[in-house]
Order: sequence, then C-alpha cells, then structure tokens
Amino acid sequence: MASEGQTSTEYIQHHLQNLAYGKLEAGYTRADGTVLTQDIWTIAHSSKEAADMGFWAIHLDTLGWSIVLALILGFVFRKAIAGANTGTPKGVQSFVEMIVDFVNNTVTDIFHHKNRLIAPMALTIFTWVFMMNLMDLIPVDWLPWAATKVTGDPHFFFKVVPTTDPNATMGMALTVFMLMIFFSIKEKGFMGFVKELTLHPFHSGKIYIDIFLIPINLILETVSLIAKPISLGLRLFGNLYAGEMIFILIALMFSAGLIMGIGGFFLQMGWAIFHILVITLQAFVFMVLTTVYMAMAHDVEEH
Amino acid sequence: MNINLTLIGQSITFVAFIWFCMKYVWPALISVMEEREKKIADGLEAADRADKDLELAQKKAVETLSEAKQQAAEIIEQANKRANQIVDEAKDQARAEGDRLKAAAQAEIEQEANRAKEELRAKVATLALAGAEKVLGNAIDANAHNDLVDKLAAEL
Repeated sequence: MASEGQTSTEYIQHHLQNLAYGKLEAGYTRADGTVLTQDIWTIAHSSKEAADMGFWAIHLDTLGWSIVLALILGFVFRKAIAGANTGTPKGVQSFVEMIVDFVNNTVTDIFHHKNRLIAPMALTIFTWVFMMNLMDLIPVDWLPWAATKVTGDPHFFFKVVPTTDPNATMGMALTVFMLMIFFSIKEKGFMGFVKELTLHPFHSGKIYIDIFLIPINLILETVSLIAKPISLGLRLFGNLYAGEMIFILIALMFSAGLIMGIGGFFLQMGWAIFHILVITLQAFVFMVLTTVYMAMAHDVEEH
Repeated sequence: MNINLTLIGQSITFVAFIWFCMKYVWPALISVMEEREKKIADGLEAADRADKDLELAQKKAVETLSEAKQQAAEIIEQANKRANQIVDEAKDQARAEGDRLKAAAQAEIEQEANRAKEELRAKVATLALAGAEKVLGNAIDANAHNDLVDKLAAEL
C-alpha cells in the first residue's frame, strides 16, 4: 500500500502487474541486481522482468482465477443439473434456469441457424465473463494483501480480475474468431468464404472490372474481419481495466487522510454500484456480439 | 499488460468450459425446462378443457332441471285431472247410490203404506160391521152381509 513506503505511482504499477511465470535467460540481471548464470523458469519480481520474459510466460493469477471461477460456475451448474426435474424449480436451480432461459431467448432472437454449439457458448461467455468481471467488485487490496501474507513476499504481484488482463479477453476473442472462420468455411465452403472476402462490398458482375475491385474488397473485408475479434476483446478489457484503475485511484485516497478517506468511501460505493451495471452489461455485450458474429458466419450473403 | 502464453491458456480454458457447458449443462437444463414448459402448457390446456366441460355440464344440468320441472308440472296436471275425474265419478256414484237408496226407501214406504191401508181396510170392515151391529141393534149375519162389507172395504 501507498503508506508502506510505496509512492502512489509504485502502488498503481504494482496493482497493474500480473503474476508472471516465465523463462529468464542466462546473463540476465534480475530486479535485485543478481546476474543469472543459467536459464531459469521463475516468477517475475518486477514489471521489467515480466516484460523481458516475452511471449513464453504465463500470468498465473489471470489463469488461476479464471479457472477457479470456471470451476465455481461448473459446480453451481452441476448442482442445478442434479436438482433438475420438471417440477417447481427452487433456489440455485431456479436461478440457473433463469439465466439459461435468458441466454436461450437472446440467442434464438439473434441466431436462426441450426448449431448446437452457439447457445451453450453464449451461456459460457455470459456467466464466465460476468464472474471474472465480478472480481472487480472485491476491494482492490484484499486479495493481493492476502496473497502477500500467504507468500510472505511484500512485492508479490497479484491481479485478481482476469478480464483486466488483455490476454484473457483476447484469448476468448481469438477463440471466437477462430470459430467464426471455422463456421464460415464449414457453412459456405472455402471458396464461399474467399468469395465473401473478395467480392464484397464492390461487385460489378463483369470480370474485367472485378479484377481491379478484388484487391480493394480483400483489404476492406480483411480489416473488418480482423477488427471483430480485436474490438470484441479490447472492449471488454478496456472497460474493466478502466474500472479497475478507478478503484485503484479511489483506494489511494484512503491513505491520504481522514477527509479524503471519507470521500473515498462514498466514491467507492458509488463506483461499485455503477460498476454492477458495467460488469453485467459487458458480459452481455460480449455474449451478444459473439452470437452476432456466429450468425454472420452462418449467413450466406446474397449478391 | 504483456501479451504472452496466457492468451493461449485462456483460450484452452475457454474451449474446455464451452465444451463442458455444451456437453453437460445446456442439454440437461434445456430438456428439463422444455419438458416443464410442455407440462405447464398441458396443464393449462387441461384446465381450459375442464372449464369447458364444466360449462357444458352446467348447461346440461339446467336443461335437465327444466325438463324435469316440465315433466313434474305435466304429472301434477294429469294427477289433478285424474283427481277431478275420480271426484266426479264418486259424485256420480254417490248420486246414483242416493237415488237408488231413495227409490228403495220410497218403495218401502209405499209398501208400508199399502200394508197399513190393508190393515186399516181390514180393521175398517170389522169396525164398520161392529158399528152397524150397534146401530141396528142386532147381529148381522156376517155371512149374509159379507158381500156388502167387502164392497165397502174395497171402496176405502
């Protein structure tokens, strides 16, 4: 915390750094000044170390929390399935059924093709993203503080909201993107997919004109195709990252005296209440956009 | 905020979770919910049908009731008619019986009167004879004047 000899900048930076586990090569100067004699796989002790690990590193906190949340959801779903019968639904089952019904309605409104994957995927996205976003409402210092106590390392990095890590959101967005391409090719054939990329939006029907239009179409369509997963992933990341950032800034106020602390209390309350809307909405938006993209992948456009 | 292997790890987790939902969660819940929906729809339909049945039954009951009432009224009317008839018959019978009795009584009275007349007639003859005897002062030969006395008695 800022009062424990950290500056505000350090505090914020510390909160925005994931717990990275990766490989540092021999000859690398670590954060504490020691020079490595051989390659090691280790946990990064500074942001610079984490950055220097490059692509071959894993954010243990992001992955750990998303898996834990998925397991919690899986457990809740299991309970709902176990209690599932055609009688009057109660408690957890009723709640889960309400969500399933909501997701089902949303998906059937948007997606009119036969595909057994889409609705369960929408359910997964909605519930999982919501759970990951929900971690944002836990006061920003609780879990990181608990983690430093458990590990005994006061500089232990611990970021508890998986969706504030672009790896998490882009990972999901890229999966959606791959499914999009997969279903596009499966539904329209490879040539159909290529045609969609090359004969849109400009199409004359005459070969000698089309030859000049195809490169333009290809560029436009490729950009719009690639923009989909990127906007999908970055939207979620951006919203949650900003929200997290504001929570961190508000948390800073608590170490700036009584008056600021009281102000911080009200600000945190207000922002948290507003954030309930944001996290639900972002989970919903991610789900709806995914379903829309899937529907677009299935739609055979007419010329 | 570095892009690294987490990206792939997250994708794998995502796919695994989707698979879990698709394989176990979704079909189980959806099938149960659809079944329940059907059950509720059936229940509502049955309730509708029961309502209609009830309406029909009520209509039928009302019909039956009015029919019964009509029948009852008919029966009562018939009974009344029959009763009147019986009363009339009884009256006729009574009247006839009365007439008969009256006739019998009259006949008896006549008979009695005749008998009394006969008796009187017989006694008158004797009385007349006795009176005449007294008037004449001697006995009249009954046999000699029998014809006379009989003629007198017959005139009475």
